[in-house]
Amino acid sequence: MTDQDQGQEEAFVHLTPKGPDDAADTQADLDREMAQIAEQYEASGRTETQPRLDYAPYRSSILRHPTKDLHHADPETIELHAPAFGERDVHRLESDLTIQSGGEPIGERIRIRGRVLDGDGRPVRRQLVEIWQANAAGRYIHKRDQHPAPIDPNFTGVGRCLTGDDGSYEFVTIKPGPYPWKNHHNAWRPAHVHFSLFGTDFTQRMITQMYFPGDPLFALDPICRSIVDPKARERLVARYDHDVSEHEWLLGYTWDIVLSGSNRTWTEGDSNV
Amino acid sequence: MSENTARTGLAATPGQTIGPFYGYALPYEKGEQLVHPSHPQAVRLHGVVTDGHGAVVPDALLEIWQADGTGAVPTADGSLVRDGYTFTGFGRAAVDNVGHYTFTTVDPGPTEPGRAAFITLTVFARGLLNRLFTRIYLPEDTAALAADPLLRSLPAERRRTLIARREADGSLRFDVRLQGEEETVFLTYPNLAD
Repeated sequence: MTDQDQGQEEAFVHLTPKGPDDAADTQADLDREMAQIAEQYEASGRTETQPRLDYAPYRSSILRHPTKDLHHADPETIELHAPAFGERDVHRLESDLTIQSGGEPIGERIRIRGRVLDGDGRPVRRQLVEIWQANAAGRYIHKRDQHPAPIDPNFTGVGRCLTGDDGSYEFVTIKPGPYPWKNHHNAWRPAHVHFSLFGTDFTQRMITQMYFPGDPLFALDPICRSIVDPKARERLVARYDHDVSEHEWLLGYTWDIVLSGSNRTWTEGDSNV
Repeated sequence: MSENTARTGLAATPGQTIGPFYGYALPYEKGEQLVHPSHPQAVRLHGVVTDGHGAVVPDALLEIWQADGTGAVPTADGSLVRDGYTFTGFGRAAVDNVGHYTFTTVDPGPTEPGRAAFITLTVFARGLLNRLFTRIYLPEDTAALAADPLLRSLPAERRRTLIARREADGSLRFDVRLQGEEETVFLTYPNLAD
């Protein structure tokens, strides 16, 4: 292909969204689609800090995003409170994913720790954090995950903890591997840990994914790139933290989480002040 | 999609899809039972989640959070390990293979006298890049519904999507339509960036 042909091909990029079952696209097709959306975003001069719900490169989103704008609501009493979780709900040992079964799971042992804060920088105290992830080979213990990588009989990849009074959370786990999926041909998700979070009010409820620094798959992944703002995307990447690593035992990562929402006006009776 | 209008320098962490493999991690035993089915006021809240083609979504997870029958906001913990007697106000249910979900709960009372009673609902699904919030209003108190600030701010054909239907057996039916015909009204709140 001559340079001129290539230029012509660039000029006629075919961007018709395909159906969710169409996995005939190549990574190059996806890269072109994602680059075009990135350019349009940059030209818009706006700042978006959350993922777009309508992001066609993630094929499954095509039929599952609302087409009408989210409707602005003034939060009412129940929305300004959150369910309470306590020691009855979560055992201390559930935050160590390496001791859930009889033996040692295979892989890089890591610690992930950080703080959960609200939009005003206040710690989210005594609240539930749940995580789930693939094993070191990139395989989930889930009947629908048929990716032919080994199951680790000593690793379920599920953990829970309650945040401390300073909003801190901590998990010991195994570093997950990347895994292949059917979004397009040769599609691979960067290694990630799913996080489920509750805040001090229900409007802060959120599920997200934490990624690892320097992952070459990050830029190729339409789920990451549905967050069109590069700075916002970086907020999902943990930092390697040598102070969290332990001599001859594990490597440490630090990742802080900010849950913005409709914080109610705090009163003296509030335990979260 | 609006710009982030948060009042502080702390930028919110972005959300991401729940993905397809939450099934062994998030649903838990009796998660969908806010009260035991034999509770004298037990009500079944159920429905389907559908996509833009009207097809059922078999990999969605729903959470509800609500006041008790008197309108009081629950403060008790124990949602993850139910004792069968304490009303915590929180429930979590995965849809089944045909996109159907069920909670067992009680009708919430209004949190303030004369206000319309509703249950808050959060929707997560594979293919849904961030959670969606909505409200499930009880259908009976028509005066309160007519006066409700949120419902009043919506055209009639969209308002309908937020009001549950009471079935002959006393169940509440509430379908979630992510896209298309009769698309459910989804909400955003002050200080949220989406």
